[in-house]
Amino acid sequence: MKKKVRRIRVNLDKCNGCRACEMACSAFHATPRYSSVNPSRSRIRVVTDILNDEYVPIRATDYTKAQCDGRRVYTINGKDYSECSFCGSICPARDLFKDPDSGLPLKCDMCESDPPQDEPLCVQACSLDALTYEEVEEEIEEEIKRSEVELGLQSLVDRYGLVEIRDIVTRMAHRD
Amino acid sequence: MRYAETGYTLEVDLTRGNVERVETDPKETELLLGGQGIAAKILFDRIPQGMDPLSPENLLIFSTGLLHGTPVPACNRTVVNTISPQTGLMAHSLMGGFFGPELKHAGYDRIVITGKAPDLVYLWIHNDKVEIRDATHLRGKGARETAKLIEEELNNQYIQVAAIGLAGENRVFTASIEHGFSSAARGPGPVMGDKRLKAIAIRGTKDVYVAKPEELFKMCIDLRKKMAESKDVGDWMASDEDDSFHHNHFAWGNARTRQKTYWSAELQQRWTDWKYDHMDRQAGCYNCPKQCINVISWPGYERFGYKCYGKDTYHMAAFKELDYSYEILGTALEYGVDSYSTPQAAAFAVELYEAGILTDEDLPDFPSDSGERIRYLLEKIVRREGIGDYLADGVYRAARRIGKGAEKYDHNTTKKFEQLPIKLGKLNPPYFLMIATGEKMAITQIEGSFPQDPLPTMKEREEFVEKWRVVIPDEKFAKYFLEWEKRHDISDEASCNITDWNEAMHYLDDSIGFCGFCSSFRGQFGGGVVYHINNMPEIVSLATGMDFDKDKLWKTFQRIRNLVRAVNVKRGMRRKDERPPEDHWAVRDEESEQRLLDIYYGFKGWTRDGIPTKETLDSLDLGFVSEDFLKSGILTGDETIASPEAPAEKDEEQKSGGR
Repeated sequence: MKKKVRRIRVNLDKCNGCRACEMACSAFHATPRYSSVNPSRSRIRVVTDILNDEYVPIRATDYTKAQCDGRRVYTINGKDYSECSFCGSICPARDLFKDPDSGLPLKCDMCESDPPQDEPLCVQACSLDALTYEEVEEEIEEEIKRSEVELGLQSLVDRYGLVEIRDIVTRMAHRD
Repeated sequence: MRYAETGYTLEVDLTRGNVERVETDPKETELLLGGQGIAAKILFDRIPQGMDPLSPENLLIFSTGLLHGTPVPACNRTVVNTISPQTGLMAHSLMGGFFGPELKHAGYDRIVITGKAPDLVYLWIHNDKVEIRDATHLRGKGARETAKLIEEELNNQYIQVAAIGLAGENRVFTASIEHGFSSAARGPGPVMGDKRLKAIAIRGTKDVYVAKPEELFKMCIDLRKKMAESKDVGDWMASDEDDSFHHNHFAWGNARTRQKTYWSAELQQRWTDWKYDHMDRQAGCYNCPKQCINVISWPGYERFGYKCYGKDTYHMAAFKELDYSYEILGTALEYGVDSYSTPQAAAFAVELYEAGILTDEDLPDFPSDSGERIRYLLEKIVRREGIGDYLADGVYRAARRIGKGAEKYDHNTTKKFEQLPIKLGKLNPPYFLMIATGEKMAITQIEGSFPQDPLPTMKEREEFVEKWRVVIPDEKFAKYFLEWEKRHDISDEASCNITDWNEAMHYLDDSIGFCGFCSSFRGQFGGGVVYHINNMPEIVSLATGMDFDKDKLWKTFQRIRNLVRAVNVKRGMRRKDERPPEDHWAVRDEESEQRLLDIYYGFKGWTRDGIPTKETLDSLDLGFVSEDFLKSGILTGDETIASPEAPAEKDEEQKSGGR
């Protein structure tokens, strides 16, 4: 089966650190639309460390309750980057991608709207092409959705073997 | 509901440790926009007569521009105003970057700082929470190093910091305030140091609203696109490797020596290699697609960024090459010194040494190499050590303190401030007016909309005007330019109007927050700026919901222009202070220059002494100024505007500006 995948490419070398992407994202998600600007409500952030020449636009992905245990530091072309500099998780370790009033996570929705946008707003605002948008078709395996019970049972079967599980289930069924 | 602005000022008294959030009057916004406009009013209202700039009563004002924090691109220049200890007049200082927008998101249009802390502190503004925190552990730290340490201390990497380095702490008059790779020079650094305020750190997470969201946003997408594609905005010097203009035409050393054939292809190649072998990136400021800041990693030094002519001043002071500047810039930026005036003060000392006015006693172990000398003097200046204490006050004051004929070597200051080292032949009348009467101290902050030189052929002029027509305020400017043949030959009427328009765009930029590279400074080169008097009114109207048209915005410029003049007149500035450096042009004619000055004063509605008349002030809703002037005797109310035909007034004892 083919599926349309929407992708934002990030070219770190082209970023001038201007944060127009944050401005545009927050304006687009304001109610009414474009009525206010507030980068701290943006779902994209340019992680910046000027002394390290680090400019990394990251996009809010998923909410997670816990922060990582330990982090890696990557060295790329002689510059150190924390793992967090590339991570879009909305996590307790940082004050990022959380609504400043409610604290609720702000997740990137690729600016889905009606009528649809040609490109997400952050990409539209990036005149330097540090952010570019593409839609690609990807072949994906057809997936049969399995219920939680079945997934649970599968893990028991994997561990104890089908025969034992079958016997137990039969015994339980006849207990009364 | 306030649009574009927050409607609040943060008042900080460092003596008492008091912090207040004060609501402002929207009527004031309509009259003075924001940024420098409103700061000028605060200075006029609150600076006591005759105040010593290095006293706790002086105010240090960090202002956002009216449109900071809105979607309007390239609107990010923070304005810092105070009374400068160097000039005694209103300091005009700007920096790009991210500070202003962050302040607005924290819920304030400006910070007004008064008083003096008992010991070194920094200000931490996190929305409604404002703390004055101990900074004694940051004493002597570099400006960017300070920002990094505060970031770690507050455990918040999203803050924006403006800090002073060692020079500001030591109240060096040419000290700057540093923010990222941007600097606010020309006055506020030493005042920040005097207040013992090491830094301001801000994190703002509030909304900034606009009045007409859809229209404004759509307009901004188009503006940004135009900006990104246009070669007529931004700092072309960031990527034009042919810098023969500054090196062949500007004066080296103590603004003295021209090297008209300095530049060569071989040199250009060498410098280009130095740059691109060590350049990490061309960075920009908040919400702007241009890439004006060259970020350089020079081996053995901290990474630094520069723009414009800032890369040339140290090696031109020292008669060295670009690698010399690259070696010194990182250090100088950490110390936090203005790269325009500081190297001139150092080169001035070298001249005095060579002339025998300064001796080995004044300069112990003074090196023989010209580069080592400037570096030696920089170290002395930032520490106010020995002769450095004199030089730290700038060339004008140092010359008078040193005496022994040193005054003669102070040949490049106006209003006690170092000018760009430009030495030309014949006088360019609008430039005479701009340098004489400008109150932003550097010509780059005054010139910019009308070209510096005529184009040789009518065809070239017509082509230029074709593109330029969109941005000119009036058809007469096209006529002036088309008829302009020789630099020194231009009518009085044209000179007045050109000066006025050039200033207008800067005064509007510095109140609204636009960057001069997309507006006021840039029109002279290429003629295709993105922001101009014909589209600014609509942009301001859409963002603020206040109705502005061209006439109303022009009148707003005149109001702010006269208010800034009023601040300085109150500080004692008069006609006698309005003199370009005597050797700025080789060919001078005192009589015709003074005649032109009379005409211009008259054009502006000022007296022969350069003071706005009561009528002028009242017509610009500046009744509070005329009232003050009448009360203090600066005006009697009977003054007429200057004119070359009016009989000369009796020579009165005139006070010179400032201390």
